Amino acid sequence: MTLTYSFRVVFCLVVAVLIPVSVIGQSEDGLDPMTLLAPLENSWPTYSGDYTGRRYSALDQVTTENVQRLTLAWTRQMNTGMPSLNGPDSPTFVGGEGTGDFTIGAQRIKGSILQVGDLLYVTAPDHVWAIDARDGGTRWHYFWKTRGGPHIGNRGAAIWRNSLFFETVDNYLVSLNAHTGEENWHVEIASFEEQYFSTMAPIVVRDHLLVGTGNDLDAPGFLQSFDPETGALQWRFYTVPMEPGDPGLDTWPNLDAARHGGGQVWVPGVYDPDTNYYIFGTGNPTPGYTGVARPGDNLFTCTLIAVDVDTGEMAWYFQTSPHDTHDWDSAQTPILIDGTINGEPRKLVSTAARNGYFFTVDRVTGSHIATSRYGTTSNWASHIRDTGEPNPNPDKEAIIPGALVSPVEGGVANWQPPAFNPDTGLFYTQENNGFNLLYLTDPDPRGSMGLGGKDRVTVGSGGNALSAIDYRTGRTTWRHAWPPGGGGGAGVLTTAGGLVFTGDGSGNFVAFDAASGTLLWNTRIGNISNAPETYLIDGRQHVLVAAGTQLFAFVMY
Amino acid sequence: MSVIRAFRRGAMSAALICLFAAGLSGQTQGLYPALQRPPADPAIVERGQALYGINCRACHGMDLRGGDLGGPNLLRSQLVLKDLAGEAIWPVIRDGQSSPGGGDMPPQPLSENDAQAIVAYIHNVLSTASRQGGPPLGHEVELDILVGNATDGQRYFEATCGSCHSTTGDLSGIAARIPDAKELQNTWVRGGARGTAPPAVTVTVTTTSNERVTGRLERLNDFLVVLTTTDGHHRSFTRNGDNPRVQVEDPLARHTELLPLYADRDIHNVTAYLSTLK
Repeated sequence: MTLTYSFRVVFCLVVAVLIPVSVIGQSEDGLDPMTLLAPLENSWPTYSGDYTGRRYSALDQVTTENVQRLTLAWTRQMNTGMPSLNGPDSPTFVGGEGTGDFTIGAQRIKGSILQVGDLLYVTAPDHVWAIDARDGGTRWHYFWKTRGGPHIGNRGAAIWRNSLFFETVDNYLVSLNAHTGEENWHVEIASFEEQYFSTMAPIVVRDHLLVGTGNDLDAPGFLQSFDPETGALQWRFYTVPMEPGDPGLDTWPNLDAARHGGGQVWVPGVYDPDTNYYIFGTGNPTPGYTGVARPGDNLFTCTLIAVDVDTGEMAWYFQTSPHDTHDWDSAQTPILIDGTINGEPRKLVSTAARNGYFFTVDRVTGSHIATSRYGTTSNWASHIRDTGEPNPNPDKEAIIPGALVSPVEGGVANWQPPAFNPDTGLFYTQENNGFNLLYLTDPDPRGSMGLGGKDRVTVGSGGNALSAIDYRTGRTTWRHAWPPGGGGGAGVLTTAGGLVFTGDGSGNFVAFDAASGTLLWNTRIGNISNAPETYLIDGRQHVLVAAGTQLFAFVMY
Repeated sequence: MSVIRAFRRGAMSAALICLFAAGLSGQTQGLYPALQRPPADPAIVERGQALYGINCRACHGMDLRGGDLGGPNLLRSQLVLKDLAGEAIWPVIRDGQSSPGGGDMPPQPLSENDAQAIVAYIHNVLSTASRQGGPPLGHEVELDILVGNATDGQRYFEATCGSCHSTTGDLSGIAARIPDAKELQNTWVRGGARGTAPPAVTVTVTTTSNERVTGRLERLNDFLVVLTTTDGHHRSFTRNGDNPRVQVEDPLARHTELLPLYADRDIHNVTAYLSTLK
């Protein structure tokens, strides 16, 4: 075990060093997956930029001193709705198993945008574009004719050698030629009949393509690994017990409840090459609001899970929301932190959950380090268990006369990626503190189904903020309260230039001093809908962000 | 379980073309196959419903969501959801099925014709499912949300709400105006009925040169404040920290401040009290 592990690490490091950054995406073999092991700097070749989930770029041309001089390089409006399938603006390639008469509406760009070589890869439900990194002009456009499903978002593409991958709402994993946009193949990754739908950005780890999917109708969640060359299934890991004797079954009333228990995997996780663990969060248990159907902690829903990438076997887990009854998925991207706890260097993973609690655990063993409540008004837990999990207060479930619950269904955080800056030691996340009156409308002792059986009314906000959290304790070091009405939907980027970029929810793209929380810069381009990214083009640092359906690339001259 | 079907470009099998054609014939904008189905012959559905009542209901429940004898919920059954036209359901009706979780289903003495009528009925119910995996919206259950104590509610109201509101003034007859107790509760906690715009917020901007402008707040963020003055003019000011000084008067500020302080019991008691003000 030690031998294999050391070999792998050394091998990876050697390969990473040997490949000059300038040839990424341009060599005949395309993007070598080993380059994804390098810390984020010049390009953005995977969902979080690199495997750590930190969204911390080593680029430092843009600094706290000069961010005021950031200039617009180009902007590009994307048509994310139904394209004309004939004529001059029609897609370069059209695929899909649908008939083409299923009209889709325009969706905001919520995904990561890959930057490799001269190209950016942009996605929206059923769409992939390769556009030029210097002017946003289209190189190719692939459109997928859907069979249906909720077109709520797409979180981005993945690249492996000369292939680009994305998931479709109606549950296909599609492989495209990264240079031409022509389809290589597609495989069905989950049953559309069972009402799965897919939004996740696939994650490449060596010769594995990790793929998740979603579902609202009482179906089991799973993470799958596919062969990026052929699309063949390598393994499938279920997040709930599926067979008698499966671990976690004692946290469900019976096997039928577990097999309909949810725990979907719809946001990318992170990868630790030292342990070969892919670490990710799972979604809410189902039925979502009527916990009467599933007494118990409902493992492994709302849980941080480490699986071995080669086998799909679970190495450890830590449940961040036992027996959730509020639709608070814990699917958000966690962050790998090489930190110091009580003077000892530790390999850690931290996550800021939708339920308003922040966690740090040991990423080798899963042992608990810290829990804190970062959602200032989160009021649903009775106490923190000795083992670190917040314990749900049954009085704050949906009840017939109404319970006042914070946060609202969207949570304190959601899929929007947080960031971690090793220079400040701070974990940055949006913090949303809404209140709902939550009523039980289906008192049937069998429970409801899916997200049914409740009525919820938003009655106000405790104020939203951008919060900078000390990973060691979970305590908030600085907190920028947004003026009333601000907050919400943007992810976070942090850089070696000492900056934090995000959106203010009031129409501005903004930059903070990462250490002090001082607001340094803004530009009013509309509400940010994804997480900002940064990379180098022609030796100059660019910052890319989406506001709705429009892309904006900024540059420092 | 073979949910994975691989397609090489141009190699889709004829069988699968038929499958998808069946799934989408009578094209609708329903999100999933179960909701995209063309309606079945009402006479067959009706007959299926009667047969279901006789043969299936005791185990699977009147609403198909599971019954007293332990049959599983058919509306979320993976086997039922994947069934196109009885090819998966009929063998289970005919032969029975053992479940990995226990509770075996015995074979049912039904003809294929009768079983197919039951299949049509099941699919018909599935096609009426509500959004986000919810069950079909059945008969509205009458639920009484009034569990509070009106006397305690009055005490709480007088101590906490009485400085702004009066039960003989603005809240006189509130329960007659909002007879539904749940909507009454939503309205008083939120400070306005569900779905209505919040009341206008007043803002006063004081510049370093002591210019003082008051009006209706239009927009406020860290960089800008925009307002309509009392005489109807549009004004906007760039913000730089506390310069200019911005004072916001939100009529709902007290409602917002109270949100983290309420116990649910207080809310239920106040609702019980307000519901007496007819």
